Amino acid sequence: MMIYFKRIFKIGIINFWRNRWITLATVMVMVLMLFVTGSLVFSSVLLSSSIDRIEKKVDISVYFTTHAAEKDIVALQDELNKFPQVESVEYISREQALENFKLRHTNNALITQSLEELGENPLGASLNVQAQNPEQYESIAKFLGASSYSGVIDKINYFQNKLVIERLSNILVSARAIGWGAALVLAGIVVLVAFNTIRMAIFTSREEIHIMRLVGAENNYIRGPFVIVGVLYGIVSAVITMVFFYPLTLWLGPKAEGFFGGPNLFHYFIGNFFQIFLLLLAVGVALGAISSIIAVRKHLTI
Amino acid sequence: MIVFDHVSKVYSPTSTAVEDVTFRIESKEFISIVGHSGAGKSTLLKLLLAEDTPSEGKVFFEDVDVHAIPKADLAVLRRKIGTVFQDFKLLPSKTAFENVAFAMEAAGATDEDIETDVPQVLELVGLIDKAHHFPHELSGGEKQRVSIARAIVNRPDVIIADEPTGNLDPVNTYEIIELLKKINSFDTTVIVATHNKDIVNGLERRVITLEGGKITRDAKKGKYIL
Repeated sequence: MMIYFKRIFKIGIINFWRNRWITLATVMVMVLMLFVTGSLVFSSVLLSSSIDRIEKKVDISVYFTTHAAEKDIVALQDELNKFPQVESVEYISREQALENFKLRHTNNALITQSLEELGENPLGASLNVQAQNPEQYESIAKFLGASSYSGVIDKINYFQNKLVIERLSNILVSARAIGWGAALVLAGIVVLVAFNTIRMAIFTSREEIHIMRLVGAENNYIRGPFVIVGVLYGIVSAVITMVFFYPLTLWLGPKAEGFFGGPNLFHYFIGNFFQIFLLLLAVGVALGAISSIIAVRKHLTI
Repeated sequence: MIVFDHVSKVYSPTSTAVEDVTFRIESKEFISIVGHSGAGKSTLLKLLLAEDTPSEGKVFFEDVDVHAIPKADLAVLRRKIGTVFQDFKLLPSKTAFENVAFAMEAAGATDEDIETDVPQVLELVGLIDKAHHFPHELSGGEKQRVSIARAIVNRPDVIIADEPTGNLDPVNTYEIIELLKKINSFDTTVIVATHNKDIVNGLERRVITLEGGKITRDAKKGKYIL
């Protein structure tokens, strides 16, 4: 049995080397395919980090009346924190709100003067609520409106921003769906191209496969070396693609970070080097081997 | 050893390759199957190798109906039948040595046996000095010798040769036929399909004549008569 596998490996490696023009052409297409696969990974990282960032910018604020007791607000904060849909709740006290207000209008003499004349803090405390995703704001806002604390709540800005939040939420959902859809279509095209390239490579050997059958070789013995060659295509292509990605992400990293607001693709590439390599290797090897098995089967008919 | 029992092969209503062919071949025979191009010679050999299936009738090899053997198990049958083709059918990416060795490897021979037997058969066909040449580096006659070496290396019970000299000059033709006679002298059954009159007349062995897919003559010490 060992000698059987040893021979299959040996023939596969020899064929990979001896048919180097076919090997070169196939590896080039496979590199292109893995390059697109890797690019899809990078794009999805950029897209989802951009979407996450936009989602984080959406929140709702609950403004309390100036006479609301701090213990009530803190109690409501604790209650909100127990909600699974709630990502975070930030408490801004009356004093903090006044500080922020002053800081924001530090160059506006009229406002500063008006505040001084007023003598007391006119601002109420507030809670900034961040949900897991923008679709959940409506239910949070409804809960707040119906809660026992509604008496001390001055206003909830969700109802003012409802339309914007809903639209943004829809856009983000669509952006994710379009991103996935485009990735799937592209991945499908790439798989077909690579599969057909390997089929063409094996098509050139169809006469050899017939001869092997006629001189008494078993199907697995004929198929084995082709599968080894397919696996080698995958391995070599994955290595070459990783080599390409190094300078490319180094160059593109800061540019993409500036445009999308992070993360730096080069840091992501280096930080996840082995995971990306394993992904490309798995895709390349699986596609190489499966395409070979399917393509050879067609010629094993006599 | 080999029996064709009322075998017909019809490709289409207007194309019948062989029609109701019945004959028996005994062990150690040297048989020539003769006929014009398209007479059905190659079809008979393809049917024996189960490369093609008959429309009617049965083909037996050592009492086994070869067309009842599952496709995956045909390898075992084909190792018992060494085949020599007009167009040599060598594996282009393998050297002469590797082409011959491939047949042994496929049959599961050990490395030691391959190292001993392949040089021996290459020596027998007179090609030991070109063992490491690729097919494109060999002449037609040399390619056919490699093909014969590959056919005999597993010591098959039968050698079938389909127009083995069709692409060769008279000198190479003579040498290839001498080689086949030598193989037959080692008790291997040899079946040669040919339309070369000189070969058949020179052999003075059994001749089966095919015309339009039918057997018209089966003579013990036959001549090429068409």
